Amino acid sequence: MAAVTTQPESPNRIPESSTPRPIHRVEVRPRRGQIDSRGASVAREIEALGLERKPRRVDHALVYLIEGNLSNEELHRIADELLADPVTQVAEVHSSTRASRPAAAPGVSVVEVHPLPGVTDPAAESVQAAIHALTGQTVRVRTGQRVDLHGVDKALAKSVGDRLLANPVIHAIHAEPYFPSSFPDGKPYELAIREVRISKLSAKELEVLSREGHLFLSLEEMQAVQTEYRRLGREPREIELETIAQTWSEHCVHKTLKSTVRYRELQADPAFAGQFSLTRNAAGRPGHEVAADGTITIKNLLKSSVAAATHELMKDGIDWCLSVFVDNAGVVAFDEEHAVCFKCETHNRPSAIEPYGGAATGIGGCIRDVMGTGLGAKPIAATDVFCVAHPDISEVPTGCLHPRRTLTQVVAGVRDYGNRMGIPTLNGAVWFDDNYVGNPLVYCGCIGLMPRWAVKGRVVRGDRIVVLGGRTGRDGIHGATFSSAELTDTHADEFSHAVQIGNAITEKKTLDAMLAMRDHAGGCLYHGTTDCGAGGFSSAIGELASELGASVYLDRAPTKYEGLSPTEIWISEAQERMVLSVPSENIAKVAAIAADHGVEWCELGEFGRDDKDIVLHWHGTEVGRLSTAFLHQAIPMPIKEAVWDASWAQQQRANRRPAKFNAGGRFKTGASAADALKILEELLAHPNLASKAAIIRQYDHEVQGSSVLKPLVGVAVGKSGGGPGDAAVIRPKASSTRALAIANGLATGLGADPYVMALAAIDECVRNLVAVGADVTKIAILDNFCWPSCKDPRNMGALVRACIGCYDAAKAFRAPFISGKDSLNNQFVTEDGRTIQIPPTLLISGFAPVVDASKAVSMDAKRAGSHLVLVGETSERLGGSHLALLMTLPVGSTALAAPSLVDGPRNAHAVAAAIAQGLVLACHDCSEGGLLVAAAEMAFSGGLGLQIDPRAASTSSEVSFLARCFAEDSSRYLLEVDASKLDALATALQGVPHAVVGSFTSSDQFEVKDGSATGKTSIKSLGDRWSGGLT
Amino acid sequence: MSSIMVKKQAGRKPTLKALVITAPGINCDLELCEGFALAGCAVESELLSRLSRDPSRIDAFDLIGLPGGFSYGDDIAAGRIMAALIRQSIYPALAHAVERGCPIMAPCNGFQIAAQAGLLPGPALGSAWPVEPAVASVALAPNETGRFNDAWVGMEVPTETKCVWTKNLTSTVTTSIIPCAHGEGRFVADDETIDQLEANGQIAMRYTANDHFNGSRNRIAGICDSTGLVFGLMPHPERYLHWTQHPRWTRLGAHEREVAPPGLQMFQNAVEHAARTFA
Repeated sequence: MAAVTTQPESPNRIPESSTPRPIHRVEVRPRRGQIDSRGASVAREIEALGLERKPRRVDHALVYLIEGNLSNEELHRIADELLADPVTQVAEVHSSTRASRPAAAPGVSVVEVHPLPGVTDPAAESVQAAIHALTGQTVRVRTGQRVDLHGVDKALAKSVGDRLLANPVIHAIHAEPYFPSSFPDGKPYELAIREVRISKLSAKELEVLSREGHLFLSLEEMQAVQTEYRRLGREPREIELETIAQTWSEHCVHKTLKSTVRYRELQADPAFAGQFSLTRNAAGRPGHEVAADGTITIKNLLKSSVAAATHELMKDGIDWCLSVFVDNAGVVAFDEEHAVCFKCETHNRPSAIEPYGGAATGIGGCIRDVMGTGLGAKPIAATDVFCVAHPDISEVPTGCLHPRRTLTQVVAGVRDYGNRMGIPTLNGAVWFDDNYVGNPLVYCGCIGLMPRWAVKGRVVRGDRIVVLGGRTGRDGIHGATFSSAELTDTHADEFSHAVQIGNAITEKKTLDAMLAMRDHAGGCLYHGTTDCGAGGFSSAIGELASELGASVYLDRAPTKYEGLSPTEIWISEAQERMVLSVPSENIAKVAAIAADHGVEWCELGEFGRDDKDIVLHWHGTEVGRLSTAFLHQAIPMPIKEAVWDASWAQQQRANRRPAKFNAGGRFKTGASAADALKILEELLAHPNLASKAAIIRQYDHEVQGSSVLKPLVGVAVGKSGGGPGDAAVIRPKASSTRALAIANGLATGLGADPYVMALAAIDECVRNLVAVGADVTKIAILDNFCWPSCKDPRNMGALVRACIGCYDAAKAFRAPFISGKDSLNNQFVTEDGRTIQIPPTLLISGFAPVVDASKAVSMDAKRAGSHLVLVGETSERLGGSHLALLMTLPVGSTALAAPSLVDGPRNAHAVAAAIAQGLVLACHDCSEGGLLVAAAEMAFSGGLGLQIDPRAASTSSEVSFLARCFAEDSSRYLLEVDASKLDALATALQGVPHAVVGSFTSSDQFEVKDGSATGKTSIKSLGDRWSGGLT
Repeated sequence: MSSIMVKKQAGRKPTLKALVITAPGINCDLELCEGFALAGCAVESELLSRLSRDPSRIDAFDLIGLPGGFSYGDDIAAGRIMAALIRQSIYPALAHAVERGCPIMAPCNGFQIAAQAGLLPGPALGSAWPVEPAVASVALAPNETGRFNDAWVGMEVPTETKCVWTKNLTSTVTTSIIPCAHGEGRFVADDETIDQLEANGQIAMRYTANDHFNGSRNRIAGICDSTGLVFGLMPHPERYLHWTQHPRWTRLGAHEREVAPPGLQMFQNAVEHAARTFA
């Protein structure tokens, strides 16, 4: 049966005639007298580079290269009506058919940047479509930007290009206006079925093949493949081997977390004293077996920890989990009619090499996960968390980008993709640690809303395999296997083909079309769906066909250019593609909706075969055949060795960069209020704590009109326009006042014991949700582990402790995990062979309903005369705190503040009750930076003064003044309460340690009492410190 | 608030029909629909691609919305492609709609589109709409900062404005703000055009001096055509329909929340005007 494809505006089809066509060059620049804001921002960035010489002036122009047989009249219509604005811009046109050539003025050095051939160029695709609509002409377009630097030589211009304007992985830089005589063309593909001879390879040869073929399979896995093909009596074809590598990649099957682990603790280690011992607490844990020597064997780590907590909670009365761990995102009930789903992904490797494209496709892929959950959800919110090296890091190893550029670019990537999709990005965090220099972490989360009938799909035999959305190119080939590799200084070149550039508008069109198909008057037009992520068609179709098998006709896939092999089409990770299983009677309806939304689609084959195989065809020839059983069940799961070496972990974490932010403060037991204020000012400006307004305001966090509590709340502070909200709150349904709170928890500072780190991250996520008035009994959470290599048993031991922490805390808070993801092997090998391991990083994302949006509580102090109440106990345990970044701690103060699994849930429920009773004017999570930082944030975002006496804080032992001010103990909340409500509050907080520690005033002073004296500073100066810390 | 609306709806027959025009990349259409609905309209949302096949369908509507977003990716410049498509498809039907007395709101991307599609500032007072769309005389250029910015800013409505949407808003200092979220919102026009707009009462909204973040001439946030019906603005009134959308609603006094939020008031103004026109 013939391939069915439609091109609504067929803008991106390669013209059939291969006769060379003329190329026209259009330059668009501001009219004389108009502001050149793009040129100005390039000039600002050059300023920031601090080069020895800087240009006198910078001009910016957009460049369009158009290949096509256009009349002069058409060309000028395109230039003047489409490409240039008649009020602010002028267009300059050159044609290769004429002598005219673009030139540079004397004394000017030109830097011109164009995407490399084959790199997705969204602007070019839009222009092609528009030219087709305006003139009916089918042309090919390439875009670029020209920057004219006045009064500098070519060498300096080049370094500006390299450092600011281009990334060689995806861009070509030209030293003069680029005006090619023709565009490179793909060569038509000649079918050649390649067999990979593995049946006779030795173990050594198998390992070489795995690495050099970029398969990144372990020896055991390569041997399993070898055995299977020996059984079949043939050699695997390249396309089959690639599919197995994708399907078995860490990225796709999480084999480390799902493997059986042998874990032991170095009991004698003095650093282990007082730490949680799994050996002593293994009894009754699911999947755990303790041997006589104390070694514990855990079957399927993930299933026996993170997932086990959820299933036990579901058996124990939690009835609002609708779909957990099975689909692209976890789904919970929102109300009677609707469900909400949440997925959080990492996109670390691509972001390390090309931060803009990596982050954009990270959020894009996470959005598609939500679109591909059940029968499809509508994305209603996005989150992002970045972990990078300090912007002022001393030296950056070869092969790494500078963290400042990485951060700017990942923010720009999320901004440009999320804003275009019309999804509010409204919660996140940034964490700085120099060990992220080679492996920056980019977490992207997305939340979706779906009717409850759409929570689950079911592919039916005979359904058509429909691909909706973008075209297939060579983008991101080997992305999934690449994510299993260790980065080295040569990766940028070796893996440039794994880099992907997104086109948000294609995804938005696809989303709109999909929702129209889902909500079709006659019922949903498809039985099931999933997105093309890592592994492309191979994993998407492999997943949907895992029980039925499928016949796939790869030649039917619309491609971006000629010359793709069936293997490339099958494993390409080109963005913005969804796979739907559509009953044949609905194909016509699907076609009509796709056409109206301008979305391309094709019918790639059919689900279901008697032999349950996945059979791949190319123009009538079978090019590959895979057994779904082998793909999905045969992966060997070797036992992983894990050891908990407490001193090693402590030493790993201790080896931190000397704090740039040094209050000159030595830790004094008898510190004064004045000392405390000095430290407070340092902490407020620490990048981890400082205002993220510069990032937040680049995101459209209010699109969809649903926002109830925005990321920044309260009155304007410095440049921030508000204080740091604990959680974002949205009202996703216009018809209902029911709202949803979204937050995260991250406790990387406590990484010296990942068990403690996991408890603290979950406690923090819960606190953030409770603080805004969320329903504490309906909190769902997600895990995202980013770890250094788990081939090192010590890192594996750390991972085990984090998983066990997740289990214990989820059970204690009755907060089930509904979805998760892991990115292991995050370490960088430098030129000189040094290995930089990231700190073990666990992001907990969470959400929970807020019963009535109008009852949500913000963290800004509301009223002079009201009291400040600190709930929870403060201790002397300062290990891993931000205070510890500023000064060396005395021996007695270095313990990690391990959260109590009794206090945490108890305090959360008590505070939630107090808020529900309307006793609380403002509530703030007391976390990074401790009491004074949180209290200061409440004061300056409320425009109120505060008199605070840290000595009043509840403690169970002797605690120094500085610890009372800056300890980061978990399970603590700050409440603003009206004097008249203090008694009622005391009742609500029965049995929970709490104390009035201060009162808000109408003055502009922040006053700290230390008993003998009172230290003062203005809330404005504190607000300015906080809002200026990260700019 | 809903009760306020019900009062406003009382006795109006028949319900007015509002049309919201969408396209690939438009993403503020649902908020715009809600604004019209809360003001009592029956709302229909339709793709430009479908309307282009039969532009006369537009004649059946009493109010029209051009929503915000990133139409066709905004890749060349914000609104450029959608404007080009409107110029060659439904422009005559839209011009006719204004002649019928149909109020049109075009926030953010809608404003950028309207300015380039020849819908704003529109013909001089008294003269008819040209058959061919006029060449753009105003533009929304990249913000002075060169950066996308999401923030609520102070707004001023000139007392002498002709705009049927922004006339006589009830608000206080704390509620007289409006959300902005754009990277290309700097209002640009030559002196002559600016003077005419000022003289004819076609300035519908300004940013306050403190919140003038994008560098627009005369702090212009929104303009209207000479009839006051066509209203283009960079801010988003459709994101200010409920008090819980106000960035500091947890600090607002009850008295401030007695009236409808200014964003919703704009829709109510236009609907009342249309009701009189089409009565």
